[in-house]
Amino acid sequence: MPEIQGFSYPNDIHVVWSLMIVMYPYVTGFVAGSFIVTSLYHLFGYQAFRPIARLAMATSFAFLLVAALPLQLHLGHPERGPLVIITPNFKSAMAGFGILYSSYLAVLVLEVWFVWRPAIIERARRSRGAARAFYKLLALYTYDTSPEALQVDHRAIGLLAGIGLPMACMLHGYVGFIFGAIKANPWWSTPLMPVIFLLSAAVSGIALLIVIYQVLSKVKGRPADQDCVAALARWLWFFLILTLTLELLEIVMMAYERSESWLIISELLTTRLQFSYITMQMIVGGLIPLILLGIVVLMNRYLHERLRNTLATAAAVLCLLQVFSMRWNIVVGGQLLSKSLRGLRSTMELEIFGREGVLMAIVLVIVPFVILWVFDRVIGIDATGGVAEAPGGEGDAPAGVAGTPAH
Amino acid sequence: MDPKTPTCPPPSAASEGAPDGQASRRDFLQGALRLASGAFVLFSGGALAAGLPKPGAPGEGYDWSEHRYAYLIDTQKCIGCGSCARACTAENDVPEGFFRTWIERYAVSTEDSHVDSPNGGKDGFPPLQVGFEVTKSFFVPKICNHCKETPCIQVCPVGASYRTKDGAVLVDGERCIGCGYCVQACPYGSRFILPETHTASKCTWCYHRITKGLKPGCVEACPTGARMFGDMKRDGDPVRHTIEHDRVAILQGHLLTEPQCFYLHLDKEVR
Repeated sequence: MPEIQGFSYPNDIHVVWSLMIVMYPYVTGFVAGSFIVTSLYHLFGYQAFRPIARLAMATSFAFLLVAALPLQLHLGHPERGPLVIITPNFKSAMAGFGILYSSYLAVLVLEVWFVWRPAIIERARRSRGAARAFYKLLALYTYDTSPEALQVDHRAIGLLAGIGLPMACMLHGYVGFIFGAIKANPWWSTPLMPVIFLLSAAVSGIALLIVIYQVLSKVKGRPADQDCVAALARWLWFFLILTLTLELLEIVMMAYERSESWLIISELLTTRLQFSYITMQMIVGGLIPLILLGIVVLMNRYLHERLRNTLATAAAVLCLLQVFSMRWNIVVGGQLLSKSLRGLRSTMELEIFGREGVLMAIVLVIVPFVILWVFDRVIGIDATGGVAEAPGGEGDAPAGVAGTPAH
Repeated sequence: MDPKTPTCPPPSAASEGAPDGQASRRDFLQGALRLASGAFVLFSGGALAAGLPKPGAPGEGYDWSEHRYAYLIDTQKCIGCGSCARACTAENDVPEGFFRTWIERYAVSTEDSHVDSPNGGKDGFPPLQVGFEVTKSFFVPKICNHCKETPCIQVCPVGASYRTKDGAVLVDGERCIGCGYCVQACPYGSRFILPETHTASKCTWCYHRITKGLKPGCVEACPTGARMFGDMKRDGDPVRHTIEHDRVAILQGHLLTEPQCFYLHLDKEVR
């Protein structure tokens, strides 16, 4: 039995939304965050992101494939899960998930196909037998890599990125809405919630890409492109500043307003969430990476390559912890607080095994990397199929020329 | 409600006894009778409930468009005996640790306040021990408010939570996906996920009883008449009369959920 401090409504002592609901916004955050990075290149022609634009898109795709799993695992009746899509109650915010998720998945699958189409065709041409049939099927039986066809591809990529970016933002803003629109819970109920979720998604997405990029550089023995690392650090810093500012503003507003819920929320933050909120979300995952990234951005020109890589990676890892803590503090923290506003329960005990256990959460994070690995083996994440690639809609920038202006 | 439906008890003579303790013989006998029936319910709640209709379809020939139910609680009459919570548990097979209804005890001074509800008040309340001088103390029974504009129905992604035409908020256990969103959305802590079925559960006002012209189990079991159940479409209904003509309060009115559970003599400390 949980330990109760003060008075909780008797049914409030159960934590209904557990680790999987923490994982759900964490995973969708990676989807939205990495899509923002790929869009900065494909949509806005931000050339510094060229070396990781494809990796970012593949990462977004890999995480999107597992994004619905934590929800499904959480349901008391997973077999009835499809009802959310088949017979939704349109008044429910949660019913929007099916529509948003499937439309974004469709857009992303199409974009992935257009981006890697030349690479798929190249593989189809080089393979024999069953492999050839497989790649031929993936290429949808079209081998057209003429300049005109590629021009069409580029326009399609631009268009899809244009549709995909607001959709990715909506998919994640919507996750914040799920919490922000619960007027019963003062720790959740704020219009800032979707914005905070979206900004922290950008933080987690960029941070994840920094880590993956650095690990891949080490594994493949190719030095990381320093313009790209510096640019990633700059954008991470930018989004971290915004996220922390809004997260603090939310608290400061409550405290200054002396709202009826502030007494219990301040107690929640300083007792039950002291470690996960103050230590992890604000200091270890907030202030420290803010300083590290500040060094990378403001002293960029003086930094040795190795130091820049180390600082950026360390900051990125801390940012990943920050965002996880933020998800934890929102989801679990909101349930430690009784709606009586008079009581707090002891923190949730994590189960190791089971559908909503720690092992499952680890699996959920590992699976997208397996998908990425398979993606790389089957198509090749960096492969261009020997064809020039440029920001969407613009066509024919020469291949391999990093830093070429897009427009 | 059909004419056979038992009406809510008239104001209890026992609870409105003369302040100086000079109750008449008639008052005394009425009070004693009430106490005896209360004690009977108190000690035999489960056995009594076992003889009552079990959850199932509404009564035959029942027309839900002819009723609109409301619940009324007079906090001054509640003695914190817990009969209501025990009767509810027995009537609805509510598992240990979950509550369709519960009783809260408030101990208040001008400077401080203390609230508790050990085991939902099912076992009564131990002697009060607080570190301040209590100037007033009272019990407040809690139950699902069967709100007209309820967030729990709004958030259900598959429409498993719904409001019947006669005003009860119910859950279709065969449709519920067990996402728990309604549990989060209820401001009153009235919902929970049943561990056996993994679906949402809550007070139904004993829908299987009220559609047969009976009162909810908790109302039936209350020995002091603190809990009352009525029909807003029935002329002469005492609950309707009180709600229409007396000063009644609702819980967390600022959330605009339009609760259909009304309170008499509600203190500012109660949320």
